[in-house]
Amino acid sequence: MDLPLIFMVLMGVSVLAYVVLDGYDLGVGMLMPAATGEEQSVMVSSIGPFWDANETWLVLGIGILLTAFPIALAPVLGGLYLPVVAMLVGLMLRGVAFDFRIKAQGWHRELWNWLFWAGSFLASFCQGLMLGRYITGFASGFGYWMFAVLVGASLCGGYVLLGATWLILKTEGDLQRKAIVWARWGLAWVGLGVALVSIATPMVSETVRDKWFDFPRTLGVMVLPAATLAAGFALWVATAAVKRGEARSDWRPFGAAVAIFTLAFAGLAYSLFPYVVIDRLTIWEAAAHPTALRALLVGAAIVLPFIVGYTILSYRIFRGKAKGGLYD
Amino acid sequence: MPSMEDALILARAQFGINIGFHILFPAITIALAWYLVAFRIAYQRTRNPEWLATYRLWVKIFALTFTMGVVTGVVMSFQFGTNWPRYMTTVGAIAGPLLAYEVLTAFFLEATFLGVMLFGMNRVPDWVHIASALLVAFGTTVSAFWILALNSWMQTPAGHVFADGQWVAASWMGVIFNPSFPYRFTHMMLASGLTTSFVIAGLSAWRLLRAPSDGGAAKTMRAGLVTAAVLIPIQIFVGDQHGLDTLEHQPAKIAAMEAIWHTERGVPLVLFAIPDEARGRNDYSIELPYGASLILRHRADAQLQGLDAFGKDHPPVAPVFFAFRAMVGVGVLMLVVSWWGTWATRRRRAAPRWMLWMLALFTFAGWVATDAGWIVTEIGRQPWLVTGVLRTADAAGDISPAQLGASLTGYILTYTMMFVAYIVVLTHIAGAGAGDKPAPAGGPGGAAIAKATE
Ligand code: HDD
Ligand code: HEM
Ligand code: HEM
Repeated sequence: MDLPLIFMVLMGVSVLAYVVLDGYDLGVGMLMPAATGEEQSVMVSSIGPFWDANETWLVLGIGILLTAFPIALAPVLGGLYLPVVAMLVGLMLRGVAFDFRIKAQGWHRELWNWLFWAGSFLASFCQGLMLGRYITGFASGFGYWMFAVLVGASLCGGYVLLGATWLILKTEGDLQRKAIVWARWGLAWVGLGVALVSIATPMVSETVRDKWFDFPRTLGVMVLPAATLAAGFALWVATAAVKRGEARSDWRPFGAAVAIFTLAFAGLAYSLFPYVVIDRLTIWEAAAHPTALRALLVGAAIVLPFIVGYTILSYRIFRGKAKGGLYD
Repeated sequence: MPSMEDALILARAQFGINIGFHILFPAITIALAWYLVAFRIAYQRTRNPEWLATYRLWVKIFALTFTMGVVTGVVMSFQFGTNWPRYMTTVGAIAGPLLAYEVLTAFFLEATFLGVMLFGMNRVPDWVHIASALLVAFGTTVSAFWILALNSWMQTPAGHVFADGQWVAASWMGVIFNPSFPYRFTHMMLASGLTTSFVIAGLSAWRLLRAPSDGGAAKTMRAGLVTAAVLIPIQIFVGDQHGLDTLEHQPAKIAAMEAIWHTERGVPLVLFAIPDEARGRNDYSIELPYGASLILRHRADAQLQGLDAFGKDHPPVAPVFFAFRAMVGVGVLMLVVSWWGTWATRRRRAAPRWMLWMLALFTFAGWVATDAGWIVTEIGRQPWLVTGVLRTADAAGDISPAQLGASLTGYILTYTMMFVAYIVVLTHIAGAGAGDKPAPAGGPGGAAIAKATE
């Protein structure tokens, strides 16, 4: 059994789960200033029961990195140190603002509302920044940093898209109509971001370039952008359907947004594999001792099905439209 | 190289501040989760709305505290990688799985069912709601189990072998149930029980100071007091046993805790002193003759190892010595306060005002003892990160002091703000009490969560 490969897949799955799940609640956080006070309550209650569990996927992702690829820690977390800290500060602010904004009054409440937005934004931007730095192997130089900033901005757009489509799914009336507009803006932003990042990535990394433009494999790779484009189109069409009030189409925009993220993620995974640190460290070189990997695999195999099971249970319990004042 | 040393000191300060802040919240949530299960079941059985109001009041405090625990905990999980990368490459094969098991078996469970517990009261049948509360409580305890297994292994390693250039587990049972684990787990669970009981008693007293007729607050105050009165003698006993275990496995730590500089017989118990590390002696000391020998060996003339037996490999004395006295001091005060309070409120007697003030003052006594206890444990382990296996200095990474300084500043600012807000909101919620108007039946359950602050 190729244990490092299994853990690479597991880590990838947790990161993707994290990006999609926390992505929508960070996105909702970033959209807060665009909504009225009452709408904000509905927005917060639409993510209330989930955000904590969503964030736990990040803890699992870092847990697998720590356990399965300890040799990658120093280069990865060392290279990303300050963005990581800034992201953590953002996540903290956002997490506590969630509770404090409900309990505070007057300008205090405004302050926590603002921190809720700022924390969501800071965390999202830093995650994109980290991704950008990671793809380029932490290379120094102005151009590389600009690339990272570009990825940061794109990821914010992506999370806004996820958040807006989540709101289409979980709300109705005026707020839902607003969310459709937000989702379309988000989609445009993501389209631009994905295009720019796809052009820039082969420019900043030779390894990625070789992988993409290696004929005839290129033809196979082209499936990804084509499918992403299709998903984007489907998203636009789906928002139009929701607008017309077509029954049972509320979940479709969110589904399409998840598809876009999954495809982008697959493209990234293809570009980077088999490296943990691009051009420097492969997953086999970075892997932990087999005793650790085996111990972890046993636990993960037993427990993960339960986690998936009760996560589904919780989404079932809280299905349907969110109501304001649930927690507010 | 001075900058390497700066980096090490900053990395340690940062880790210590983060975990010292993080642990404040688990210290409350672990036991408060079980209290809530009890409140919730009491309501189910009696259908007395007072229990529901009590549950709803404390679930609010729980939600807030839990959030603080979660967000600071997420920081902790990154700290291992950012501050001690070489920790993971030398003992990661042991530490990693334990940390990961905590995530898999505890964090997801808590986080998911917390959602159901806080928001689902009117969406799920009663038994599912009670089961959710139970799973949250179970999750916090399981979480403590794994992290304390790891911490105890770092104190008193067992079940490991050296293979392929690193330390790996030979026996997972040996690793998890290492010699100090049973003591540390029990001691920490009791610490959480005590911390929470004093928080409940103290905040209820705070409420009674403002609204003397609040019957619910009088009840919860009594519940906190009685629980504390029962737990504290057990804690003192367990603490003593814990110390004997430490004497066996980490004698240098005990020598620092008791400020014993020279190996000798009939060692006195130092009640107070100012340890002078440079000259290796105690100034201004007040001692009980033969005390230390009696407590630790149960014989007046027994020999105890002093710090001189360990050469340079012993922890800094003063912080360990003072922190130990702070913890035990608070423990003794807890005994006095909880027994006195229990007696004063017997048979539904109203506590006098000065006693309410005293309890309010003791609200966060558990925090002091808990952090002091961890300082004893962690600084007492120095210079080792894993006793006899890995030195702290060898685990650090190469993050520059400038970056560490920047992040430390960021953390401290954020924590200060969070802490102030937390205390303000907590006293606010408690001061407002459970409210006289129980939430309308059928109304959204979570609504009550915010009610009482209005
Ligand atoms: C799993 C590991 C682990 C756990 C559960 C804890 N610690 Fe720890 N602690 C460490 C692992 C560690 C460490 C990595 O071993 C440190 C970092 C540097 C050091 O000296 O030890 C440390 C240092 C450290 C220091 C600074 C010591 C020094 O610089 O000399 C303090 C004050 C604490 N810790 C406090 C705590 C508290 C309050 C904890 C309660 C939760 C706690 N530790 C749990
Ligand atoms: C260095 C060690 C530690 C690390 C890396 C760590 C990590 C974490 C993380 C990541 C969380 C958030 C979980 C979530 O997302 O729900 C958390 C919460 C928690 N931690 Fe820690 N922790 C440490 C020390 C401790 C200790 C010593 C205890 C107990 C004695 C403890 C008990 C808990 C509990 C009960 C929670 C649940 C949240 C809460 O109750 O506030 N942790 N911890
Ligand atoms: C009054 C009698 C007490 C005694 C004799 C006692 C004894 C000890 C000892 C010897 C240690 C260090 C063990 C080691 O690191 O090897 C310790 C640690 C600790 N103590 Fe206490 N303790 C007492 C009271 C308390 C109280 C009242 C609390 C909190 C409410 C508390 C909380 C802790 C914590 C959190 C630790 C660190 C975790 C651990 O190592 O167990 N202790 N205690």
